[in-house]
Amino acid sequence: SLQYRSIPIPVLVQADGADEGCVTFVMHDEDHTLGNSLRYMIMKNVDVDFCGYTITHPSESKINFRIQTRGGVPATEPLRRGLNELSDVCQHVLNTFQARVNEFKVRQEQPME
Amino acid sequence: TYCTSYHAARASSVCKQEKSINWAGLKKMAATMKNVDEIRDRVILGEFGVKNVHTTDFPGNYPGYDDTWDMQKFQKNFRIDIVHLDENTMEFDMVGIDAAIANAFRRILLAEVPTMAIEKVFIYNNTSIVQDEVLAHRLGLIPIRADPRLFEYRNTEDEGSEIDTIQLQLKIKCSRNPRASKDSSDPRELYLNHMVYSGDIKWVPIGNQADVFADSTIGPVHEDILIAQLRPGQELDIVMHCIKGIGKDHAKFSPVATASYRLLPEITLLEPVEGAKAERLKRCFSRGVIDLEDVKGQKVAKVVNSRLDTCSREVLRHDDLKNVVKLGRVRDHFIFTVESTGILPPDVLVTEAIKVLMVKCQRFVNELDSTDVE
Repeated sequence: SLQYRSIPIPVLVQADGADEGCVTFVMHDEDHTLGNSLRYMIMKNVDVDFCGYTITHPSESKINFRIQTRGGVPATEPLRRGLNELSDVCQHVLNTFQARVNEFKVRQEQPME
Repeated sequence: TYCTSYHAARASSVCKQEKSINWAGLKKMAATMKNVDEIRDRVILGEFGVKNVHTTDFPGNYPGYDDTWDMQKFQKNFRIDIVHLDENTMEFDMVGIDAAIANAFRRILLAEVPTMAIEKVFIYNNTSIVQDEVLAHRLGLIPIRADPRLFEYRNTEDEGSEIDTIQLQLKIKCSRNPRASKDSSDPRELYLNHMVYSGDIKWVPIGNQADVFADSTIGPVHEDILIAQLRPGQELDIVMHCIKGIGKDHAKFSPVATASYRLLPEITLLEPVEGAKAERLKRCFSRGVIDLEDVKGQKVAKVVNSRLDTCSREVLRHDDLKNVVKLGRVRDHFIFTVESTGILPPDVLVTEAIKVLMVKCQRFVNELDSTDVE
């Protein structure tokens, strides 16, 4: 259905965990695209003991995203940091890509010497 | 915790190694360091399988390496080179990024960059032999040139308006050609309008669209897509609504014909290969990969452009050659190929894909912020 893009739905659900360092986040409308790239960024964090995700069922469009931290760090912290860092990576990729494309177009317009 | 004590044990064993340094040991350590780098940075193509497939450069995995995320380091090493760019296709290298993120861009290009496509088909008359539902499906797959960034998503219940809908019309009737010669048997000469092409679809502006989109031509990207064949007396009278959507919902919304990447191949010759053996080695790879150089009257094989290789691994079928080459791929060097359906230029598609991933991140950061406040 096309509806979900216009109707706001809860996107983050905190499941019951032993403590705030071991949390499963339910991310609606997401799959490997965000799941795997975000997992990579979060795994790069030293405070994180474990990070992984599962797609609950092929006909459900959501993922269970699990984070376990070291030393009592709340799991929301590496999640927030991972999201921000992934966004920063995208910004840098975008800037670099646009700069290179512009250079390429300028070079194409100029006749070969 | 378990994990910290495990790393402590690993670290102490490294210290012990360092205390008893001798020349042989130093050499061996340099060798293992080289092996570790290979595991981290290369995917190895073996005779019976592929080695070191997964990313392993996470903190705690390798003593002596700082694998925590470092934005400065990433920005220093990251690189993009545009290899080819025209109105419909592009090839570029993205170097110094993990497969998880490169793959996200690829997946978004296929399934999450929006386009406009025919979603509702109102068939007022269809006397052709193509059934209504088949005709509607065929119409849906025709790429429609319209900038999706200038439109909103349409709610399912809504009638549709100038901000979220493009109206198209296809009204055509086949007839006999009065000027055809009597003895002709060629349908092209006998009939008029017997082939219905995408070019026959006309844009019907709604509301202020005629003014807003005065400069752009809205309608099918290609004029020569055959939709149906008619015979005299048969006709089509159809109105269509195009809406904004994404490839995840239906492949007709996908903005690319294909978007893929491959890793840069790396071919290393471990010892000199000469004469007939060199000729055979050259033929094991794609054209242009291996060159034969003349050294004192002997032909010597040299890798000149490993990028061109298809990584067929043919060389590993030759017993006398398989041990003189090392086949690998550079883990963080992605050669992207993007082929647009023609709705948007390929470079615009890539920038849109990157923005989609940023919006995803932002959406969850906002969600975290709003739940913290409660």
